[in-house]
Amino acid sequence: MADVDYRKITSNGLWTNNPGLVQLLGLCPLMAVTNNTINGLGLGIATILTLVFSSTGISIFRKMISDEIRLPVFVLIIAATVTAIELIMHAYFFELYHILGIFIPLIVTNCIIIGRAEAFAVKNSPPAAFWDALMMGIGFALVLIALGAMRELFAQGTLLDQAHLMFGESASGLTIHLIDDYKGFLLAALPPGAFIGLGLLLAIKNWIDLRYAEKAKQKKIQSNLSPQNA
Amino acid sequence: MNKELLKQIITPSLLLGIFALVGVVVLSSVHSLTSHTIAQNEQTSLLKQLAEVVDEGSYNNDLLNDYTMLDGAALGSNYPVTVYRARQNGKPVTAIFVTSTPQGYSGTIKLVVGVRIDKSISGVRVAQHNETPGLGDKMELRKSDWVLSFNQTSLNNPQLSGWKVKKDGGEFDQFTGATITPRAIVHAVKEVLLWSTHAQQFDSIFQAPSEPAKVLDNG
Repeated sequence: MADVDYRKITSNGLWTNNPGLVQLLGLCPLMAVTNNTINGLGLGIATILTLVFSSTGISIFRKMISDEIRLPVFVLIIAATVTAIELIMHAYFFELYHILGIFIPLIVTNCIIIGRAEAFAVKNSPPAAFWDALMMGIGFALVLIALGAMRELFAQGTLLDQAHLMFGESASGLTIHLIDDYKGFLLAALPPGAFIGLGLLLAIKNWIDLRYAEKAKQKKIQSNLSPQNA
Repeated sequence: MNKELLKQIITPSLLLGIFALVGVVVLSSVHSLTSHTIAQNEQTSLLKQLAEVVDEGSYNNDLLNDYTMLDGAALGSNYPVTVYRARQNGKPVTAIFVTSTPQGYSGTIKLVVGVRIDKSISGVRVAQHNETPGLGDKMELRKSDWVLSFNQTSLNNPQLSGWKVKKDGGEFDQFTGATITPRAIVHAVKEVLLWSTHAQQFDSIFQAPSEPAKVLDNG
C-alpha cells in the first residue's frame, strides 16, 4: 500500500469512524472511569500508548506473522504492552494508578486495540499503522475526556478536579470551579450518568453529521440549479 | 506432503515461541526497572497514611517495620488487623489499627485508627471504600472534615451510649442522605476503643515481637 491517505486516516480516527462514538468499542472502560476529566485523560493516555505501541509493533512484524498465529501474536504483543504500561504507571503515577485500578489491565480486552491490529496494522506499513493508532487513540481519548468533563461538570460543578494526581502538586491550581456552591447532581457521577452522557454525545455527533450532510446537499442542489437560472 | 505439513506446523510454532520469549524478556526488564520504585511508592503511601493518625512529632521509631497482627474478629473486622506501634525512644505512644468493617453501604470500608496509650483517639482515616460518590464518601478528608470529629474522643468522651450517629441517638453527625456509612465507621472505631480498654490486651500489643518487614498491598 504505497499511497496511504493520511488525511483520511486522521479524519477516520478523530471523527468519521471514531472508536468511541461510531465503532462503539471499549464501552466498559469508557463508561466506568469517566466520572471526572482527569480519570478520562489518564485512561485515554494509557489507551493511546497501548494502541500506538502494539499497532506499530504488529505492523513491523506483519510479514513474519503468518495467518495461523496472528491472533495469539497480537494478543501477546498487546498484553505485553499493557503490562509494561501498567508497571510504569504504578511506579510513576501511583495515585492515578490506584484510581484507574482494574481498568488498566482491562485495556488488553479493549476491542479497539485488537480491532486496529486486525483491520489496519497488519495490512499497512509501520508509519501508516502508527498514524492510524495515534488517531484512533486520540479519538477515543477525546471521547473519554469529553464524557468525563461533562459528568464532572454536572456532578460537582468543577473541571479538572484532582489534577494533581496526574501532573503533581503544582497542578492542583488547574481545578476550575465553574459554579460556586454547587449542590451537586449525583446522577451524573453514577453509572446512569455514563449512559445518558454517552447517549448525548452520540446524539450531538449525529446531529452535526446530519446538519453537515444537509448543507452539502443543499449546496449541490443550488449549484445544480444555478446554471439553469443563469 | 508430510514434510510440507511438518513445515506448516513447525515454522509458525517456532515464531510464536520467539514472540513469547521476546515478550517475557521485555516484561521482566520493565518489571526489574520499576519494582523498586513501586515498592517505595507503596511504603511512602502507607507511611503517609499512618503518620496522619498519629500526633506529629510524638514518635521517633520506624513505623513501617514495627507492627503486629491481631485476629480481626475481636475488633469486628472482617480481615486480620495490623497494628503499627508508634514509640518515642522505645516508650509506647500510639497504636495504629488498620482495621475494616463489613457494614459499609457497598462492602468493606478499610480504616486506619490511631489510639493513644491513654485510650483516646489520635486520628481516624478511611483508607479504602466503595461508598457512593457524592453521598457516602464524605468520610474522605478531602471531601469533608467529618472524620476529624473523632479526634480526641474516647469511651468517656462521649459516653459509651453516645457512640452512635445522631439519628440513632448518639453524638456523631451522619451525612445528608447517607447514614449507613457513618454508622459503620462510628461502630468500627468504637470496637477498636472497646478492645483497647482491656489494659492487658492493649499493653500486649506493644510487647508482641514485630512481624518481619513487609509491604502491605492496597495501601
